Amino acid sequence: MSAPTAGASPAAGGALLEIRGLKVVFDGFHAVDGVDLTVEQNEVRFLIGPNGAGKTTLVDAITGLVKPAAGSIRFEGGELVKRREHQIVRAGVGRTFQTPTVFEQLTVLENVDVAASFRLGLPQLLRRPRGATPAVTAALEAVGLDALGDAQAGTLSHGQRQWLEVAMVLCQGPRLLLLDEPVAGMTGEERLRTGELITRIAGEGTTVLVIEHDMDFVRRFATRVTVMHEGRILTEGTVSEVQQDETVREVYLGRPRDARGAGAAAEVAS
Amino acid sequence: MEVFLSQLFIGLSVASMLLLVALGLTFTFGQMNVINMAHGEFVMAGAYTTYVLQTSVFGTGAVTLAFGLSLPLAFLVGGVLGLILEFTLIRRLHGRPLDTLLVTWGVSLMLQQLARDIFGAPNVQVKAPSFLEGGITVAGVSMPYTRLFIIGLVVVALLAIWFYLSKLPAGRRMRAVVQNRDLAAASGVRTPHVDRLTFFIGSGLAGVAGVAVTLLGSIGPTLGTNYIIDAFLVVIVGGLGQLRGAIVAAIALGLANAYLEYWTDASLAKAAVFALIVVFLQFRPQGLVVTRRRGLA
Amino acid sequence: MATMAKLFPAGSGRGAFLVRFTLAAAALLLVAPALLNDFRLNLLARYLCLAIIAVGIGLAWGQGGMLVLGQGLFFGLGGYAMGMHMKLEEAAALPSGPQLPDFMTWSGVESLPWLWVPFRSAAFAIAACVLVPMIVAAVLGTLIFRQRVRGAYFAILSQAMAAAFVIVLIGQQGLTGGTNGLTNFRSFFGLQLSNPDDKRLLYLFVAVVFLAVFLIARQLVRSRYGKVLVACRDAEDRVRFLGYDPTRVKVLAYAGAAGMAGLAGALYVPVVGIMSPALLGIVPSIEMVIWVALGGRTVLAWAAAGAIIVGWARTDLSERFPSGWLYAQGALFIIVIAFAPKGLAGVSEELQRRVRSLLSRRRSETPAPERVKVAA
Repeated sequence: MSAPTAGASPAAGGALLEIRGLKVVFDGFHAVDGVDLTVEQNEVRFLIGPNGAGKTTLVDAITGLVKPAAGSIRFEGGELVKRREHQIVRAGVGRTFQTPTVFEQLTVLENVDVAASFRLGLPQLLRRPRGATPAVTAALEAVGLDALGDAQAGTLSHGQRQWLEVAMVLCQGPRLLLLDEPVAGMTGEERLRTGELITRIAGEGTTVLVIEHDMDFVRRFATRVTVMHEGRILTEGTVSEVQQDETVREVYLGRPRDARGAGAAAEVAS
Repeated sequence: MEVFLSQLFIGLSVASMLLLVALGLTFTFGQMNVINMAHGEFVMAGAYTTYVLQTSVFGTGAVTLAFGLSLPLAFLVGGVLGLILEFTLIRRLHGRPLDTLLVTWGVSLMLQQLARDIFGAPNVQVKAPSFLEGGITVAGVSMPYTRLFIIGLVVVALLAIWFYLSKLPAGRRMRAVVQNRDLAAASGVRTPHVDRLTFFIGSGLAGVAGVAVTLLGSIGPTLGTNYIIDAFLVVIVGGLGQLRGAIVAAIALGLANAYLEYWTDASLAKAAVFALIVVFLQFRPQGLVVTRRRGLA
Repeated sequence: MATMAKLFPAGSGRGAFLVRFTLAAAALLLVAPALLNDFRLNLLARYLCLAIIAVGIGLAWGQGGMLVLGQGLFFGLGGYAMGMHMKLEEAAALPSGPQLPDFMTWSGVESLPWLWVPFRSAAFAIAACVLVPMIVAAVLGTLIFRQRVRGAYFAILSQAMAAAFVIVLIGQQGLTGGTNGLTNFRSFFGLQLSNPDDKRLLYLFVAVVFLAVFLIARQLVRSRYGKVLVACRDAEDRVRFLGYDPTRVKVLAYAGAAGMAGLAGALYVPVVGIMSPALLGIVPSIEMVIWVALGGRTVLAWAAAGAIIVGWARTDLSERFPSGWLYAQGALFIIVIAFAPKGLAGVSEELQRRVRSLLSRRRSETPAPERVKVAA
């Protein structure tokens, strides 16, 4: 399966995100332990690894949810460490969460409108919204929720909430989009649509970093894959490079006599 | 130096009273996330229990006996009131902490009126037992026995709680629920039982605090409101469900109050203590300990 | 009052709102002055002051999720600011003497304290009524919300603020009039408070201010900002990851509520003729929340109606059954919060829904009367 090739070569866009020597420590536990990671412009980078590898913590550190103990995170040349969460979003980094959080008391349209208005000044915020702006409509259409605009977000299904969250981030036009397990709990067809959406977003100039477990999904849509294990970067490369990597097999497989995780390893290797 | 020492004593004795009221709150707030505004009225109930024992049951001839009996009885009165409140209202409001706060305040209003109807609106005096009359003077600081007794009472209460939490199975279950309610429930701890017991003990401690209040002056239907806010501030500064935190916070607030009162005056000291708390929260907000979750829900 | 409450159900549609608002305005500005005697009209003016506070609480608590248990602080700041100016005006009109407010002379104060001096200016006093509460709320709110202190913690802190404020007011007798507060007002910007006609004019002024405050709050709630505020109430952390600073969003609503409470205090002083610590402490502050809870915390109009209804009931019932009223108040509060958290707004909504479904059923069932019999 061929991956989208836009910006696959590192030289094409230049580094968008540069993480150097990042450490995150919880009560003495090194959740992220000296990570160096470079993400180029227009990549669709997948971050994989066993549970507890530190993938979500890494994304949390990029978006300011956890404060790193050491290291630097540079986005478009600017340091993100020590900035507050909303400032990082305003710098152009958007994210979704494993458990989607939407504003249940607001309608779907209002949810996206709130997201889309984040750069408005107070005088504009104090005006009433008059219908949906083009950006809001486009985002809702992109995720296929345009028919549900007036529904209360609280009435949506889990999958629909995931879509809504994506629409909310999408309409903000981030230059780096971090998706934490975007297809968890989705059907095959929904996964395909999500993958196509990710590819399209990347084609329109947004770099995407995806945490995902579904190897089939990774194979189809990744330009490059980074493997994390025990808080460190194990290896990095194209999908086929990673699949052939011995250490990756070992991580998923454990020691030869340890059969746990064999399924995942088989998937990686296949 | 003498001023320093005498304010130190005043501060510690204020702290001991605060802590006695706050102890129960630390439990109920820490474990169940329940803000019980009627806690102050449980203190009031404890105080009136002492009053009734002394005036109606034993008469003024057996003040010491009445006082001694009032400690366990006030614990029981406070505890039973707490159980009733938990059973009738609080459990129905699970997961709605702000609504619980408001509902229990409604309860507190009604209990105050009840006390007014039974005992009358004017304050009444409870006679201290004779062995608590007078005091000693050490290094120029006069220490009334009543104040020393309250400090001793707090120490005893703390030891009892420590013993309960660390040595008894019921106490260990309680700690388990405080640390991780879902995990405790999944491990077979019957959390509703633990909650009920917690509420009983926490409210009982309020009753005991009520007995101590009678030593400090006359008592009235609204005495609970004088303590409840300060006690909650102790819990906020100390940290959710942290016994050690509550002790340190009570001592800090008591001392700050005592010294500031000496330097300025009683009314400005109150405002200054509040300002100090807000400043303190800038360095140690309750959100300091963030539990890690996948998502933001 | 019930009529006014009926005019304000939660509704959508601009036209429907304009009709309701016009009716309410007509009721307040034309019908009430025509029907009510001087005494009752002045009571209504007082309730409208309280309703202004309630609108603010509806904004901060109902929309923003901040349980403001210490609005007495801001009500008092506004009230004292206006009261100080009115006292100084009257002192200046004295033919002789030190031209000090009466209570200062009684407590042996000989020259005007510096805090009082700027309140000689009417413009300063009017601005201070609204701005001082807003600034205090903005500073405290920023310090508290920035550290993500919220929920019950914020509620307790806000209550402690009001408690500390009252203690300071009582303690600084020479400056504030102590427990008695500021009383014996005679005039308010040229209106003689002993003159019934002037009092009627004052009522109209209060009613107009109330309607204006209501419109401002409604605009806030329906604006994009209002949606962000609701978003902060329901999922503050998510809002942060959409690029908003929840601290600022919340501080604006909190300061707005404080400004409204301050304005209410400033109007309360000429209407009722007193401003004292007893009106501002923990108990009065939490009562303000009762009004809003009873009316319906998420619907501004019902929040305001709640203040008026409770005010009315209190005047009426507390005179007849002083002890019973306190039980009733406590019980009402428990029942509403525990079992009808939407308050009267929710009750009215439910009633309307039932009436509508009853009507539509009857309409659809008219052709088939035998089915009605079966159903009965």
